[in-house]
Amino acid sequence: MLENNSVGIVAPQNAHFDTPLTLKSGAVLPTFDLAYETYGTLNHDKSNAVLICHALSGTHHVAGKYSENDKYPGWWDNLVGPNKPLDTNKFFVIGVNNLGGCHGSTGSASINPATGKPWGSAFPIVTVEDWVNSQARLLDFLGLPSLAAVIGGSLGGMQALQWTLAFPNRVRHALVIASAPNLTAQNMAFNEVARQAIITDPEFHGGDYYAHNAIPRRGLRIARMLGHITYLSDDAMGAKFGRKLKNDIQYSFDAEFEMESYLRYQGDKFAGEFDANTYLRMTRALDYYDPALPFNNDLTAALKQAKAQFLVVSFTSDWRFSPARSREIVKALLDNELTVSYAEVTAAHGHDAFLMPDAHYHNILSTYLSNIEIGGNDAK
Amino acid sequence: MMQNNVNNTNYVSEFRQDFAIIANWVKFGTKVLDLGCGDGELLQYLRNSLEVKGYGVEKDDAKWLACMQNGSNVIQMDLEDGLSGFEDQSFDTVILSQTLQAMHHTEEIVQEMLRVGREVIVTFPNFGYWRNRLQILTGNMPVSKTLPYQWFDTPNVHLCTISDFDQFCKNHNITVLERRVITDTQAVEFMPNLLGNLAMYRLKASS
Repeated sequence: MLENNSVGIVAPQNAHFDTPLTLKSGAVLPTFDLAYETYGTLNHDKSNAVLICHALSGTHHVAGKYSENDKYPGWWDNLVGPNKPLDTNKFFVIGVNNLGGCHGSTGSASINPATGKPWGSAFPIVTVEDWVNSQARLLDFLGLPSLAAVIGGSLGGMQALQWTLAFPNRVRHALVIASAPNLTAQNMAFNEVARQAIITDPEFHGGDYYAHNAIPRRGLRIARMLGHITYLSDDAMGAKFGRKLKNDIQYSFDAEFEMESYLRYQGDKFAGEFDANTYLRMTRALDYYDPALPFNNDLTAALKQAKAQFLVVSFTSDWRFSPARSREIVKALLDNELTVSYAEVTAAHGHDAFLMPDAHYHNILSTYLSNIEIGGNDAK
Repeated sequence: MMQNNVNNTNYVSEFRQDFAIIANWVKFGTKVLDLGCGDGELLQYLRNSLEVKGYGVEKDDAKWLACMQNGSNVIQMDLEDGLSGFEDQSFDTVILSQTLQAMHHTEEIVQEMLRVGREVIVTFPNFGYWRNRLQILTGNMPVSKTLPYQWFDTPNVHLCTISDFDQFCKNHNITVLERRVITDTQAVEFMPNLLGNLAMYRLKASS
């Protein structure tokens, strides 16, 4: 069943690019594909396009369902739709699967045209900068001169920020949510543990597990379990599971506590649908992003090239991308006299809060987005 | 029984003489930071009349949202934590409009404003106003248009008189560039500490 204000039944699309893309690492992708979806209608003067950048495990399937029988809609369906905060009556919304992804865009599991076999370990390490460059290619492909807004949470927020630095004249507004100007050592440490879980899985085969008909399921599962711990706050986990047991204590190492069941379920589900090489590359992109690095770690200097207007949002219980990190972005924007608003949302859910339909949070996004001016509503 | 509080919105919807005075102190097209900006009414006024580049600071969720609805830039933070997100002398004017009396860290916020702003505007209800004195004489805490709260629900923790604030500036080596005192829409020149209900100061750090 589809709810009233859903974008409805949607279909993924594919954009193929024949012009080589030089990556930050120096590697060159001779050709590549990007999977994307769009919702709403592009207006006559092409001034109402909004790009949604996904985080670690997101995809281009942001909203709607592929069929009425789908159990779940897209990953940010509570945000995108008619009369929702990102209103598809007003905006033409684009979701894209990042390069290196495993849901349709070119990645490790795709066929390397040079060998006729999956890229595997040979697929280059992609960065936030590379993603934004490839997304700009998608804009060209769609005939869009610029974006009314780019929006993203977490790793997606880094892409939104990067858009304003790489293409200051192609983006008018950036909504940077639950994000950071770079990762702290602790944050990177979680990524390293997750990667080690995958890389040391005997089924990993140095990243070429496709050729061995294997999947490093155990590693991916543990990586995801670890991730889930860090996306929730202590309080949220306490409220959700506490010390609840499924049955009486069994004096075993089975999933006796409900929290354990949850983590195992999430890990198993993820390991069955996500590609390990993609997970490695997404976490590496997180680690490497640091726009201030070429500016002697001066974020203010790094953000000098931005022209967009900003909304920065953080969540009080988010300890993986804490409010303090968002405030660093806000300060650098203020130092550059850019137009910026900042909301620190009181939320119990930790990092996951950015995906929750909290009323105040959604009011903030609705208000900001409704203030964005677009050309005539003469959608064609 | 006396009303729980005098309806503040009636006061707001009147012509705001204090806004007019503030606008007179702010230069056209300059950069303004309004601390405790509420729903952004003052920022909107300054934007419309002087095309300032304005930012508000507001802690309260509902007011923050109202401020954004009014089209103002607004940063959500608690003034009690200081202004560490703002560079020294990065604003032409920093305003604290009728909020000083509700601050716990009074000295700190004034020092922070003087650090961030080349000029500072502070306005506060004058506790020395005769009607306040009269209510105290008759044995009650004052409740009025500028002090619209009962003693038990007031956010005001550091009420002061004009004379107190003059002394405060002197003790903290703050230069008073200008002082205006009004009662409703009327300027008060004669015995301001007795006859004025709103005190307005334009300040800067002494060099």
